[in-house]
Amino acid sequence: MSEVLVLIDHAEGAVKKPTYELLTIAKRLGEPSAVFIGPADQAAAATDKVKKYGAEKVYVVDDAEIKGYLVAPKAEVLQQLAEKASPAAILIPSSGEGKEIAARLAIKLESGLITDAVDVQEGPVTTQSVFAGNFTVQAKVTKGTPIITVKPNAATPEESEGAAAVEEFSPTISDAAKTAQIVASQPRQATGRPELTEAAIVVSGGRGTGGNFEPIEGLADALGAAVGASRAAVDSGWMPHSFQVGQTGKTVSPQLYVANGISGAIQHRAGMQTSKTIVAVNKDDEAPIFELVDFGVVGDLHTVLPAATEQIKERKG
Amino acid sequence: MNIVVCVKYVPDATADRQFESDNTVDRVGVDGLLSELDEYAVEQALQIKEKAGDDAGETVVTALCVGPEKAVDAVRKALQMGADKGVHVTDEAIAGSDYIATSLVLAKAIEKLGAETAVDLVVCGMASTDASGSVVPAMLAERLGLPQVTLASVVETQGDQVRIKRDGDTATEVIGGTMPLVLSVTDQSGEARYPSFKGIMAAKKKPLDVWSLSDLGVDADQVGLSVAWSEVEDTTARPPRTAGEIVKDEDGSGAKALTEFLASKKFI
Ligand SMILES: Cc1cc2nc3c(=O)[nH]c(=O)nc-3n(C[C@H](O)[C@H](O)[C@H](O)COP(=O)(O)OP(=O)(O)OC[C@H]3O[C@@H](n4cnc5c(N)ncnc54)[C@H](O)[C@@H]3O)c2cc1C
Ligand SMILES: Nc1ncnc2c1ncn2[C@@H]1O[C@H](COP(=O)(O)O)[C@@H](O)[C@H]1O
Repeated sequence: MSEVLVLIDHAEGAVKKPTYELLTIAKRLGEPSAVFIGPADQAAAATDKVKKYGAEKVYVVDDAEIKGYLVAPKAEVLQQLAEKASPAAILIPSSGEGKEIAARLAIKLESGLITDAVDVQEGPVTTQSVFAGNFTVQAKVTKGTPIITVKPNAATPEESEGAAAVEEFSPTISDAAKTAQIVASQPRQATGRPELTEAAIVVSGGRGTGGNFEPIEGLADALGAAVGASRAAVDSGWMPHSFQVGQTGKTVSPQLYVANGISGAIQHRAGMQTSKTIVAVNKDDEAPIFELVDFGVVGDLHTVLPAATEQIKERKG
Repeated sequence: MNIVVCVKYVPDATADRQFESDNTVDRVGVDGLLSELDEYAVEQALQIKEKAGDDAGETVVTALCVGPEKAVDAVRKALQMGADKGVHVTDEAIAGSDYIATSLVLAKAIEKLGAETAVDLVVCGMASTDASGSVVPAMLAERLGLPQVTLASVVETQGDQVRIKRDGDTATEVIGGTMPLVLSVTDQSGEARYPSFKGIMAAKKKPLDVWSLSDLGVDADQVGLSVAWSEVEDTTARPPRTAGEIVKDEDGSGAKALTEFLASKKFI
């Protein structure tokens, strides 16, 4: 069976959940080979993790020489690994960085690229959600090695023990790839809440909060949810951009999405329309968000949410 | 300075976007416009030009668009905003092109624009509002052999140095590069200007070249749907959501109903 390369998504060696989803998908397509690009001393911990999700091989690439540069060196690493391993497919997390690595790799390998897959099945045949979630599209790469960037939650991670044979790999990085320099890096502060794109429940606030996110955060914490925001709330400086849901923010597809004081513009829908259950609280009964909801409350979020939060806490005891 | 800003003509996101029978995006039957996210690219290009003033010599901002005949509207809008000249690459053979072919045509056009005076800066939007791949800028950097300084929420230039702020998933980074390079900017980079009346009048007199593939030395069989490296096999409209239950909050009834709904769905 051919190898399927999976680029490990990690922060300082801590492997992120989407990696397990990619490994689970990789098993459908061939033999998963995880690619760790990072500090060599973090590789062992990452290897232990991906082993549990079926990685047969782990390519370890020490990033000491390349970590100060943006995406281009990583594309060269994957190119060289692909030339060595002739994989059946290359799976990359669909983040801003992941998509750019994939883009450069596609040109290098003269291979077709599919971005933002929400599902990948044998073939590989991908499913994408397009036009603000109004259409789903099935696609296939027809030239070269299929390069697919995969969104979070595209699969349920399945545990299965792999051999996880470690292979150190030393790439040759061109000087041309070392031109966009990372001058400074400020890690994102942990919120203590679930990761927005991975959370089972997301509670969001928009302009209707008037800048007071306490009711949103209160409900989110009672439900164990992540907090999201509309662009209006972000543009007003009420929430950092990393909380934005929508076309130019994050796409979320949780079990439950609760939109509060959000009108439901097409660009916001683009980031949440595929949520399983949608609930909205809005004081305007004609807000377009109500076209999407399974359950809606026409009312003031500043009174409805705190009261609901209390009742939820009581029920939970 | 020689600045090229890539602007895409896209179907209006608020209109009823559709696919053609060959599964390509309907770019003719739906009203189109300059991709809103590329307005931010035009804005940053203009700000860099304004800041460069005279010390950078003559700065020219060229708006470049690859697309069908109607796509010239996107170039016009960029000219109205303040770009100095426009180039519209259009050719029947381009229809249905994927990212790979689109980036090839753009790269060839950028090379042609740099034939006399080298291009210093290619500015792109963060994503097109139709395909939203966010991949063309990186592909251009790869094809042109230039550094990529992408997804900028803040852009600063000083001489040939470019510094940006990039809000990544795990960290906020400052990225630096030396021109020539490819820059892409997000919708956080600063409000795009509206064309003024003066700008609209002035745009009518600005040069706007229309190029075909042969002007770029690109063969028709390198682009288009039939040679795309990926293929859409099927498109399905999302089934409409079944109408949900909507209650009006009266004296606390809303919170109670909400809690009960959440409990009935086992979220509590
Ligand atoms: C290219 C582009 C990209 C974009 N990307 C995004 C994106 O990624 N994400 C995004 O969200 N938007 C995005 N937008 C913006 C989008 O078009 C909307 O402007 C935005 O989503 C509106 O945010 P909102 O719903 O919070 O504000 P509004 O549209 O102003 O709605 C506020 C709502 O709050 C309700 N309200 C007010 N007070 C209360 C109260 N006390 N209690 C309950 N309800 C109340 C009002 O009835 C109203 O419905 C984008 C736009 C463009 C052009
Ligand atoms: N056909 C096109 N013509 C001009 N610029 C384009 C075209 N396609 C993409 N771009 C540029 O590349 C950016 C990213 O596009 P995409 O990779 O399609 O999301 C856009 O914001 C534009 O700046």
